[in-house]
Amino acid sequence: MSVKQITLDANEATAHVAHKLSEVIAIYPITPSSGMGEWSDEWSMAGRKNIWGTVPEVIEMQSEGGAAGTLHGALQTGALGTTFTASQGLLLKMPNLFKIAGELTPAVVHVAARTVASHALSIFGDHSDVMAMRMTGVGLLCSNSVQEAMDIATITHAATLESRIPFIHFFDGFRTSHEVQKITPVPDEVLIKMMREDKIIEHRKRALSSDNPVIRGTAQNPDVFFQARESSNSFYDACPEIVKQKMREFAALTGRAYHLFEYHGPEDAERLIILMGSGAETVHETVDRLNLSGEKIGVLKVRLYRPFSMRDLIEAIPVSVKAIAVLDRTKEPGSTGDPLYLDVVNSFMENESEEWKAFPKIPRIIAGRYGLSSKEFTPQMVMRIYDELKEVKPKNHFTIGINDDVTEKSLAFSNNGWQTDAETFEGLFFGLGADGTVSANKNSIKIIGDNTDNYAQGYFVYDSKKSGATTVSHLRFGPKPIRSAYLIDKAKFIACHQFQFLRQLNILRHARQGATFLINAPFAPEEIWTNLPIEVQQQIIDKQLKVFGIDAYKVARDNGMGNRINTVMQTCFFAISEILPKEKAIQLIKDAIYKAYGNKGESVLQSNYKAVDNTIENLFQIEVPTAAASEFSMRLPVPAGAPDFVQNVIAEIIAGNGDDLPVSAFSQDGTFPTGTTCWEKRNITQEIPVLEPDICIQCGKCMMVCPHAVIRMKAFDGDLLAGAPETFKYMDAKGREWPDNTKVSIQVSPEDCTGCDLCVEVCPAKDRTEVGKKALNMAPVEPLKEQEIENWEFFLKIPEYDRSKLNVETVKGSQFLQPLFEFSGACTGCGETPYIKVVTQLFGDRMVIANATGCSSIYGGNLPTTPYTKNAMGLGPAWSNSLFEDNAEFGLGYRVTIDKLEAYASEVLKGMRGSINAELVDQILNADQSDEPGIFEQRERVGTLKTLLETSNEPKAETLLSIADYLVRKSVWIFGGDGWAYDIGYGGLDHVLASGRNVNILVMDTEVYSNTGGQCSKATPLGAIAKFAAAGKRTGKKDLGMIAVAGGSAYVARIAMGANDAQSLRAIIEAERFPGPSIIIAYSHCIAHGYDMKYGLNQQKLAVESGYWPLFRFDPSKQDEGKNPFKLDSKAPKVDFKDYAYNEMRYLMLSKTQPKIAKELMAQAKEDIIKQWKVYEQTEKLYEPDASTAADSDSQ
Amino acid sequence: MNLESTYLGLRLKNPLVPSASPLSTEIDRVKELEDAGAAGIVMYSLFEEQINKENQAMDHFLNTSGESYAEALSYFPQPQEYHNLHAEDYLEQIQKIKQAVDIPVIASLNGVSKGGWMSYAHQMQEAGADALELNIYYIAADPTLTSDIVEQMYIDDIKSVKESVKIPVSVKLSPYFSAFANMAKRIEAAGADGLVLFNRFYQPDIDLDEMDVLPSLKLSSPFEKRLPLRWIGMLRPHLKGSLAATTGIHSASDAIKMILAGADAVQMASILLFKGPSALTEMLSEMEEWMEKKGYQSVDEMKGAMSSASIADPGSFERANYIRVLQSFKFENM
Repeated sequence: MSVKQITLDANEATAHVAHKLSEVIAIYPITPSSGMGEWSDEWSMAGRKNIWGTVPEVIEMQSEGGAAGTLHGALQTGALGTTFTASQGLLLKMPNLFKIAGELTPAVVHVAARTVASHALSIFGDHSDVMAMRMTGVGLLCSNSVQEAMDIATITHAATLESRIPFIHFFDGFRTSHEVQKITPVPDEVLIKMMREDKIIEHRKRALSSDNPVIRGTAQNPDVFFQARESSNSFYDACPEIVKQKMREFAALTGRAYHLFEYHGPEDAERLIILMGSGAETVHETVDRLNLSGEKIGVLKVRLYRPFSMRDLIEAIPVSVKAIAVLDRTKEPGSTGDPLYLDVVNSFMENESEEWKAFPKIPRIIAGRYGLSSKEFTPQMVMRIYDELKEVKPKNHFTIGINDDVTEKSLAFSNNGWQTDAETFEGLFFGLGADGTVSANKNSIKIIGDNTDNYAQGYFVYDSKKSGATTVSHLRFGPKPIRSAYLIDKAKFIACHQFQFLRQLNILRHARQGATFLINAPFAPEEIWTNLPIEVQQQIIDKQLKVFGIDAYKVARDNGMGNRINTVMQTCFFAISEILPKEKAIQLIKDAIYKAYGNKGESVLQSNYKAVDNTIENLFQIEVPTAAASEFSMRLPVPAGAPDFVQNVIAEIIAGNGDDLPVSAFSQDGTFPTGTTCWEKRNITQEIPVLEPDICIQCGKCMMVCPHAVIRMKAFDGDLLAGAPETFKYMDAKGREWPDNTKVSIQVSPEDCTGCDLCVEVCPAKDRTEVGKKALNMAPVEPLKEQEIENWEFFLKIPEYDRSKLNVETVKGSQFLQPLFEFSGACTGCGETPYIKVVTQLFGDRMVIANATGCSSIYGGNLPTTPYTKNAMGLGPAWSNSLFEDNAEFGLGYRVTIDKLEAYASEVLKGMRGSINAELVDQILNADQSDEPGIFEQRERVGTLKTLLETSNEPKAETLLSIADYLVRKSVWIFGGDGWAYDIGYGGLDHVLASGRNVNILVMDTEVYSNTGGQCSKATPLGAIAKFAAAGKRTGKKDLGMIAVAGGSAYVARIAMGANDAQSLRAIIEAERFPGPSIIIAYSHCIAHGYDMKYGLNQQKLAVESGYWPLFRFDPSKQDEGKNPFKLDSKAPKVDFKDYAYNEMRYLMLSKTQPKIAKELMAQAKEDIIKQWKVYEQTEKLYEPDASTAADSDSQ
Repeated sequence: MNLESTYLGLRLKNPLVPSASPLSTEIDRVKELEDAGAAGIVMYSLFEEQINKENQAMDHFLNTSGESYAEALSYFPQPQEYHNLHAEDYLEQIQKIKQAVDIPVIASLNGVSKGGWMSYAHQMQEAGADALELNIYYIAADPTLTSDIVEQMYIDDIKSVKESVKIPVSVKLSPYFSAFANMAKRIEAAGADGLVLFNRFYQPDIDLDEMDVLPSLKLSSPFEKRLPLRWIGMLRPHLKGSLAATTGIHSASDAIKMILAGADAVQMASILLFKGPSALTEMLSEMEEWMEKKGYQSVDEMKGAMSSASIADPGSFERANYIRVLQSFKFENM
């Protein structure tokens, strides 16, 4: 059968099969599997049918646990069902997998295998999640590549139906799930032939139905459970044969043959590596190369891992094999070996008695661990392992790919000794997330894949920041199948799409001798060379690179493409790489543009076409002089004055050398110092805000909204200005609250600013004679950078103003406080981080944070550098992330401990009253810590106590010393997004709100799962589109605030900083002061809303003015004072909801795809707003204290 | 009493035509207008620039944040089909209105590119429009643009539309030309079948609290009719094509004045938005009353009866009339 090849990633390939072969698909987003759910939702929305001619039902649940429950129910009632997940998500499905397997129900869970969080979270790939499922009784089938993902997915669906064993089909997260490859798709005819109708009917007959009622899921007792559990054995015994049979059928239909254990290598191999996953492809590639030079080595790829057929394993191994390394991509600490190793060892043991195959001598078997969290696994490492197998006593339980200088388990290896074969083209492209580099490369792969006989592979590496993120695209093309499941180290073609990278990253270390180097430079061709750092010039000369230059931004701008240089750079690539004849390539690019933009309107299409045509005339070859003569060097990754740990560890990670750091560089338990973002000067903005002191009114609003805490305000005595740089700006402090000679400075950190514009947008101070000019205006950063760095350094040296003397309950007063959250990697213009920053300004010196997994845990805690920091006294937030689903409970745990240890410290202290300063003890025990001065004094007293304790001989002095700090009031904060609070963590949140314990919950509501790419949550509003709600959300947003109000015992506030910053601040302070649980729901604008984030605050204002987002505070303690606890802080709707909503793509898009439905939903949304407002007004009235009741209680 | 009038070669049952406005966005409303006596309808304008901007904005926001962070390679579903990227809604609305009513339907277009003018004009004709009104809405704010260039742009746009359609084409203009009468002639020479006088521009205001410029468009006031009245009166003798009056027409007497000055059709929106379609019925019956009182048998008889060519003092439409106003000023009126 001839099938046209296509180019796609494994998520799409797998989802295609799953969607074709399912009736019910239960989904929930989790990286790196989200793509499979997204595809399924989009296809079902577009009406794509499965092989039986009906559109599968796709349903998003509140958690993976929920998805598993729904899947279980769907299966029990007779559907063919599937789900997609990874990592923690799979763990949440585990209880249901026991049930589904125990009930012998056909089902497939497709898993993009990902690391399970331990000492740290990782979104990347290894087998720790799937390996944790071994106990459940599900089958496990593994795919090693994109082609296999599609093929094995097919085989899995067919096999589960016939074997009745539910299956996990898995492949490596990112390395396979996100790798783009040219493959041969599985056509519908094959899918249809693979699925046996009679088996489907049998499945339906087993379904729960009132027409044929049975009971399943009984509770059983010691007398029968055991026997009943053993009754399913025969199904497991039969399963491997069924899988084999389906593999044979598949081979007959497609010509692609698979085996339970697939041996590749010579008949007489002596050394063997056994493994599964993408690494097997790398071993396969290495084996082929090494055997050419006379080696006798082989690889055994494990496909069916459960049920594990020992006999099939043994039979697949040549008897000539003398030594075997079994590689696991997981770590089972404390076991006698990682799982696959144990299975192999045991198989050989049992072969001794079963005698499936006679080996002259049992081969020596060693275990190796590799590739945790997508750690590179390269041919050089494979070669090293084969070398080790030659040893008389090879190292057992080794690790490969790292330098374990602590327990010495690792095999040392060299990065030399391997070069990709000459026919394969390897290209590396360095770009920024926002510039379109990755999409251009994905496009190029499709063009080459679809239009040449070449095989094609693309893999994309993103950094961990959400703003100014670097992307590296790894592209391979060639006449032979590409099995290289590792990054490109030395490329024939290197493109640098961002000129500033050349000063930061050693890009050219990846250039081969004589490679082609393409630079996008904001200069005329003749100026490019002199603007290169000396190191870059030298490498160009040494490696004899051919250099080409283009001012791509200019070409893009001139053609109406804004900052998207994708089309321009793609054209350059084809023009100089000679992969295709130039003319043909240009035509193909245009065809691809038509495919990509043809459905987006003529003007979009034409700008792209024009950009292609104008590129060639703006592309120049750069003449390379014979000597390097640049007057400047590359920048150091961190400034020379950084602390040792930052220099030795963090700087190496920033510089891209993290792979070289040894085990000893890290703490054993995942602990890191805080306050490291200040050392990573990212320099990502083109413009910074510039202050006009004559116009500024010192209102503090710019500080309040700055998402990255790069604009700061300090008050200080004028005498401190001695030695100030000439350009340092300051003003007389405005207001009567300041002592004489107080000055105020507002300063920007030019190297940390992201250029979001929010401060300028919010600035209310306008020049009286030129109203367009404000107290802050954006200006190009380059001419200002050096002076502003100097000013910033001077500013930092000015001491912080005494916080006990500031009125922190005003926006202005609060903004003189030092933020203890700074320079995070959050998106430019982020709507969440301003809230976090304010909380740290107010309480940072005594706060502990529990952070739900999501955006805030990524910009809050992703390496290399983290933003929570300390003040001059060394105090600051302590932060941790447990899981996505348990964050409220996690934070409650903090509180319980703090309360307990505070009580214990008080008890011990009381017991010592007689032996140490009794007055001090009384003062400490009776301290009023309700405000800043009170807390300050208590801290002083506890300091004195600790000094006394250090020299005390009291038996409990040491104990008290270790817990004395708990005597100073602590502030527990629970941070998370709406996906956590409304969906997956809601049960726990509800419990914590009812606990009465003093925790503060900040829900940063972006109304979607932002971190995983904008999937619908229960916070998503009616009428907005989101992933998993591609057809528009049809139900209203859950009113989490009013649900909490109904509980009656928690402080509740709904805030939107852009609409009313004073109300936001008041709510945050009141919440913290409230002695029980508090919850604040904060409107957080987000790039997933689809508009320019500089208007985020305006949109917040419109959200409130339209009545969509009413502001309120509910303080139950007011009831005791006879006051109304419910206070509506915003006015009745006065702006049309449409005038708010249609500024955002999430709403507008529905009107572009389904105008009729959009109109209906818009009308309904408006009605809902009116109803909601009435409810709020009535609630306020309802809580109005009844005059007569108040009088009664007075008289009693 | 014969109220019929010919406008752009279309025989209208009377001269009253609702002008380009939100009135034509609802089919039911258009039917009500027809029932109330509207002789034709000018549809709301299709703005090519807006379509382009919307499409570009959509493409930008759908893609700009994607492919930069490993967990979120995109932030929106990527539907394969978009609706109304090429004004399908507008074209469908033409068809729907054509099916719903018997009166002529005049489509209104504001283009920005030659290709846009031509292709949208053609598509409107194919969708069934009986005529086209070109809403050339250009604010010549760029100080480097000379009047020659701007005027030539008008002429070129009109020519390209005329090349691409067979149906009659009118041009809705602003009064801001230094030699308006000459411009009107040139536009006619470029092929326009009629002129619509005048366009009302977006009128920004200043918010004194926020110190911001506010976009706004207020409904017209009756006073504003003086400008079209004067120019129709002056141009009527010099032009062969149709003339339509618009802006500030709020009553039967306003309409009558326009017809007397030389208008073939009288367009209005503000009064209909304010009072509803029934205003048309009232205006028609008041017109008839007036005609009867003055002894007019038909609208054709009235047309241009008081244009500058027909009245005793032609200068009264021109500059002289302000002298008269000044002369008529008497201290006793104070």
